[in-house]
Amino acid sequence: MSSESHEQPTDGVAKPTSDELATPARNDIEPAEPIENPGLPEHLPRPTDVDPKLEKRAERQVAGMFTAAIILTIGFCVAYFAIPKDAEIFGWFSLNLALGLTLGGALFLIGIGAIQWAKKLMNDHEVIEMRHPARSSDDDREAALEVLDEGVSDSGFGRRPLIRRSLIGAVAILGLPAIVMLRDLGPLPGNKLFHTVWRKGMRVVNDVSGIPLRPGDIEVGQLVNAQPAVFFETDSHGHALFHGTKLLQAKAKASVIAVRIRPEDIKPRKGQANWDVDGIMVYSKICTHVGCPISLWEQQTHHLLCPCHQTTYDLADGGKVIFGPGKRPLPQLPLAVDAEGYLIATSDFHEPVGPSFPEVNQHRD
Amino acid sequence: MTETASPTATPLKDTNFGKKSAGPVEWLDDRLGLAGVVRKNIRKVFPDHWSFLLGEIALWSFVVLLLTGTFLTFWFQPSMAEVPYNGSYEPLRGLEMSQAYASTLNISFDIRGGLLVRQIHHWAAALFMAALMAHMLRVFFTGAYRKPREINWLIGIGLFAVGLIEGFAGYSLPDDLLSGTGLRFVDGLIRSIPIVGSYLEFFVFGGEFPGELIIARLYMAHIFLLPGILLGLIAAHMLLLVYHKHTQWPGPGRTEKNVVGYPMLPVYAAKAGGFFFVVFGFTALMAAVIQINPIWTYGPYNPSEVTAGSQPDWYMGWVEGAVRIMPNWEFTIGPETFSLNVFIPAVLLMGLLFTVLAIWPFFESWVTGDKKEHHLLQRPRNAPTRTAFGVAGMTFYGICWIAGGNDIIALKFNLDIFTITWLARIGVFVGPVIAFIITRRICISLQRKDNDAVLHGYETGIIVRSPEGSYAEAHAPLPTDVAYTLTARPRVPELTAPEAEDEDGVRNPEGRKARLRAWAKRFFYAHDVDKPTREEVVESEHHFHDEVYPPHDFPDDFSGVSETGVPKHH
Repeated sequence: MSSESHEQPTDGVAKPTSDELATPARNDIEPAEPIENPGLPEHLPRPTDVDPKLEKRAERQVAGMFTAAIILTIGFCVAYFAIPKDAEIFGWFSLNLALGLTLGGALFLIGIGAIQWAKKLMNDHEVIEMRHPARSSDDDREAALEVLDEGVSDSGFGRRPLIRRSLIGAVAILGLPAIVMLRDLGPLPGNKLFHTVWRKGMRVVNDVSGIPLRPGDIEVGQLVNAQPAVFFETDSHGHALFHGTKLLQAKAKASVIAVRIRPEDIKPRKGQANWDVDGIMVYSKICTHVGCPISLWEQQTHHLLCPCHQTTYDLADGGKVIFGPGKRPLPQLPLAVDAEGYLIATSDFHEPVGPSFPEVNQHRD
Repeated sequence: MTETASPTATPLKDTNFGKKSAGPVEWLDDRLGLAGVVRKNIRKVFPDHWSFLLGEIALWSFVVLLLTGTFLTFWFQPSMAEVPYNGSYEPLRGLEMSQAYASTLNISFDIRGGLLVRQIHHWAAALFMAALMAHMLRVFFTGAYRKPREINWLIGIGLFAVGLIEGFAGYSLPDDLLSGTGLRFVDGLIRSIPIVGSYLEFFVFGGEFPGELIIARLYMAHIFLLPGILLGLIAAHMLLLVYHKHTQWPGPGRTEKNVVGYPMLPVYAAKAGGFFFVVFGFTALMAAVIQINPIWTYGPYNPSEVTAGSQPDWYMGWVEGAVRIMPNWEFTIGPETFSLNVFIPAVLLMGLLFTVLAIWPFFESWVTGDKKEHHLLQRPRNAPTRTAFGVAGMTFYGICWIAGGNDIIALKFNLDIFTITWLARIGVFVGPVIAFIITRRICISLQRKDNDAVLHGYETGIIVRSPEGSYAEAHAPLPTDVAYTLTARPRVPELTAPEAEDEDGVRNPEGRKARLRAWAKRFFYAHDVDKPTREEVVESEHHFHDEVYPPHDFPDDFSGVSETGVPKHH
């Protein structure tokens, strides 16, 4: 991996020959270099080379830094045991500050000390090493080809195409198991991306308290973060129906927002005319761009802005995208009021929620 | 300059240390036979320049990442199983969260020094990518990737690409609200892949987003697969560096055939070894005083929550920006929907960047027809078209990156976010073109300035009044070393049109390709100012004798005067 290094006779001024200078040929006539390479400049001694006092001082500096590093490292150990974990200073975690400053300081000083040593005290005579072309010598190339030839012809790899081809085939097809075995990385999507937990008659509840929403709870211009009631329900043993990963997966699709807009401002999408209740509309909270939950609401303009990539929806206009990189309108949940006066869904979303995927515009049940 | 040992030093083998270690060293060499390798490499010469330090920062921050990352694995639990938190961070106690998040809180609050190491790890990752990219730009703008170093350039691109993914995998692990939002973005990104998007999504996440496997899978990639690849690539990168020997800047005594600098032992052992401690110390000091990724303030991941101002780590910012400014192109052909609004900026664009970077050295050598080895670096001004391309690329990247923070900019400067987005949309196309033109002109002007300095000397700061009463600034010739360095660059090659027909009127079968290549070459070298000829330099020397204030009257170490009349020195 390495090449020989010839250190040139080192009285510095090694006059290079003119062919050492890189000048692409121009019509095979090398124009002379405007100024000839003057060779390495004379080495000038550093102050520490000529003044023993300065040399001693540099030595003390280096050793001083290394010593300070020792002290700081001991300080690190003391701080580790002495400072309680929850102590704070100026709003900082004292332990983190103390450990970081001592450890960082010690490391930094060791580094600076070593560099100072190299710069002030170590020999600073520049050394010249010759380069060699990266390629191998012609001899090596020929010899390599020869032994390669020998090896290949010994094997008969070239002479026996039957063996060669079947071997290549056998090894190549091994790629198949490598791919096939990845099949169980996950299930197939099936219809999962087309459905959420919303069902006919499921109440719309406040996302934090789980209290069902009534039309009177939402004023014009207001936005309420909501969830399907099923997330707050328990089974007969008192365990939540949805928890852990299952809850997160369901929430990633079923989260909604409820807004109230003056009915006369609403321009519903085709076929969604009666999906509101007195101007209250429930939309998916999941952006159709890459799936961030959307919540920046401008009540004057009834625009909803996604904080991630600024796709902006007009909720009065059927959730249409009016700006940004998202394309599909925000899916709306058809809404009604049940016998007790609470907001309920009349069905699941009629279209997939969340980021687009290749089958998003297919119709599946 | 005599041999490097100082006259008072005793040879190593006569010192106490040398006598004691002779036995073990012999034992080792009897078995490993390393003397040959040591002889060849221990005094290997490396040239000195500040810009050669950038790659070293990347290397050392990688070592810091390995050390601190190992420490973090002692406590981190890559599981998405939901557990109630009962650690010592009061505000989150009792909340249900993934084990990944709970154990990250544990590292931050209950393991002494855990927060420090976590913050060193994160800062070192940000520094790793920054140093890596700065190093790459250095290599690009100085032409260090030219033959024989093209393969090392490709390895570097590999490091860049894997480093991006490694960083992303890392900051996704804590499973806090911010990192979960990043994963949601990746979910949308995977879905946007035509035809197979939803299948890939289910395979990657092991089911529907977020599933319960992604953290464990990313963890494997983050601590085993990707660092392994990085380590291998870094090893190859370093071996090739040693084999090719480092490039150097042109200057007196420096040629294409030699390398001038300091030997590895002791100078670079001390400087580079010391520099590792500087990098480690620097990241530790940052971790002590500058907070990074305070995951406890974000809370556990919840797909129905997000904080405004969600940003990825800085090196992903340009992809984020590209996604933000992309128009909403999404269309359906038959049953298939194509989400180009996500697929183009998030998937294709990164691929495009790496492809362009990887192809560049080969493209440039095809254009210039230059098949020689190059070990002397070029100043960016001496390759104006390359430099202009580089700056155009940086402008594109920079505008994307700025667009990734359009919401923060809108908030802080009280601007309209839609206006910023539109400016960025236009800017990514117009900006690089403007940057290209301006950069090339600046480079060419700087070439002229260099030639001026060589031919007409430097401005001394001394104003001379001629007998006629006119005032002029006296110029003095540059010291030979400086003048030589300014002219130590390849000449601009002569540009000829390829023969369309030979003398018998037969069409050149390679005609079209050759013409294209000639056009590209002309474009590449267009307006480059060649360095002066020897005749011009000789001619110019006579001028100085005609000047009213002949420079040979200056003292030897004179190099002009400052604005206040104080003599300066070179």
